[in-house]
Amino acid sequence: MTAVTGPRAQDARYWLASHRGPILAAALFLAMFAVFVTEHPAGLSGNVVNTAANKGALLALVAVAQTIPVLTAGLDLSVGSVFVMTNCLASTVVTGTPREVGLGVALVVVVGVACGALNGLVVVVGRLQPIIATLATGAMYQGIALWLRPAPGGEIDEDFADFVTGSLGDVIPFSIVVLIAAVVVIWVPYRRSVLGRAAYAIGSSEQAAYMSGVPIARAKFLAYVLAGLFAALAGLLLTCVTYSGEANALLGGSYTLSSIAAVVVGGTSLYGGSGGAIGTIFGAFVLRTIGDLLFVFDIDPLSQPLFLGVVLLISVSLGSFRLLRVKKRLDLYR
Amino acid sequence: MTARVLAGRIDRALAAAIGCIVVLLVAGALYDRNFLSADYLLQQLQVASFLGIIATGVMLVVLLGHIDLSIPWVVTIGGMMSTAAAGHQGWAGALAIPFAIACGLGIGIANGIGVAYLRVPSMIFTLATNAIAQGLMVVHTSGFAPQDHATPAMHFLAVERSILGIPNAVWVWAAIGAATVVLLGRTRFGRRIYAIGNSERAVFLSRVNVRLVVVACFAISGACSAFAGVLLAGYSTKAYQAMGDPYLLPAIAAVVLGGTSILGGRGSYLGTIAGVVLVTLLQSILSIVQMPEAGRQVIYGAVVILMLLVYGRSAKVVS
Repeated sequence: MTAVTGPRAQDARYWLASHRGPILAAALFLAMFAVFVTEHPAGLSGNVVNTAANKGALLALVAVAQTIPVLTAGLDLSVGSVFVMTNCLASTVVTGTPREVGLGVALVVVVGVACGALNGLVVVVGRLQPIIATLATGAMYQGIALWLRPAPGGEIDEDFADFVTGSLGDVIPFSIVVLIAAVVVIWVPYRRSVLGRAAYAIGSSEQAAYMSGVPIARAKFLAYVLAGLFAALAGLLLTCVTYSGEANALLGGSYTLSSIAAVVVGGTSLYGGSGGAIGTIFGAFVLRTIGDLLFVFDIDPLSQPLFLGVVLLISVSLGSFRLLRVKKRLDLYR
Repeated sequence: MTARVLAGRIDRALAAAIGCIVVLLVAGALYDRNFLSADYLLQQLQVASFLGIIATGVMLVVLLGHIDLSIPWVVTIGGMMSTAAAGHQGWAGALAIPFAIACGLGIGIANGIGVAYLRVPSMIFTLATNAIAQGLMVVHTSGFAPQDHATPAMHFLAVERSILGIPNAVWVWAAIGAATVVLLGRTRFGRRIYAIGNSERAVFLSRVNVRLVVVACFAISGACSAFAGVLLAGYSTKAYQAMGDPYLLPAIAAVVLGGTSILGGRGSYLGTIAGVVLVTLLQSILSIVQMPEAGRQVIYGAVVILMLLVYGRSAKVVS
């Protein structure tokens, strides 16, 4: 830092440094999406954008759910199960008169919040390690999903579903509007609230946070509740996309794992304390665009899972470049 | 003297796990008298030995404070590579088992390099190698169930009962378990595993090659999973897609229920054995009472949480 740089330049540099993850993820997504659109036979049509947006928004919502516990240095391995369970619930209750549809949506959200609250209770009051506690509650939610819908099926109000998965004026996909609304209405106020900042403090150092009088128990509890809420929103969106519900354990598992990958690609540290939902959203869209790119470049469908794995491995290994800047070898170790 | 040594070995978690096993056995016996027959219990041990071999590797990794999420597809690789090699004539078929274990060892070493040298969090790196392993197997089988069958040697190890009427799989687990107990308790390598789980920096400052220990543990984990895959393929005479998926959660649950701290540095192999038996009995009882899959999952999750609430709680932050 030389004397020439003024305070404003320092601010900008600090801002860039602290937002490197989201900026890189956003740039990567834009580049990949540009290639995808130019290579796609239909080009930049409303339909192509809409499909990509719906697929991306599904993972983005689950990944945002994962982000918030991760910020507290926790983890929620039940997000995929809550996602599948709320999908099964929504395929039963979100139907009928407009009033019943509204009540059904509210019920789905409340159930998601309740699942998050149970996770929060087990982690905060029960003092169990989040990774193993949510593994167990995830098995329970998967069981409830099977109980709700033993065989795939069900239905959802078609007008509602078409509206949610459609585009505003055939240009802006509504799922993107939902995503932006979720960020503006839930994430930003949360990030600025006492409990939101507490989540970051806990992730950096729980002991320091405790000594500073940070409300640890409430902040952790809220983090898991919000995870349940976002997972339920994703479950609702999935029902609108597929018009049905299915207690698919494999789907839930793959979404849980992809959500962790999206969190990492979006620049949030798995050790807690840094990152945020916006980077995660771009991380989720990056992961989904990889699949789309494999499609437009006509990669053999059988080798697509292998490509996805290799890209995932490379993208998580890119973070290792920071090792080159580590001066003391001791700093490599925990 | 022996009693005191034994009492010293049995910590609270192990005692609680054994208590839960006794409760499950009594509950099972009340439901069905055949539950306590030697034949049924031996069969349970045989099923448990597959999980036990996987849990051995998982435990070593968890003791370091890491986790291995590549278990599901490394198990599948073990099964598929052994049956694929078995399809060849001559020496390739004879080497089916070592070949499959070598494949698992390779993935484990890759995991270890990613975690120890690239410093990628183990949770995400092993997730990525799991995806690659899955991709490789989809390419290998073209997405279908492979037509190859297990070799007689695999069948012999997994199914037959050669000595004292005890299934060979149990003997195999016992051998691996005995080796692990010696490794953890009697060797420098074992002490270093515990030490790294407690403080990696302190071990580094003691001029120990921390990275090598981490790579070795992940390699053992990969080899154990692949070997369990070989036995599973021998047990059901063939390998199939996603055959390892039902083993990740039970393996982690067994290790943690056995008293190993998920944060690393603490845990005994006796506890892991108890955890494996506990998880296997729980699954078995839930299927015996003909509980539908939905209820089985809910009870399984609830029981794991209840047991952990009894003895798996972490310390309160006080300063």
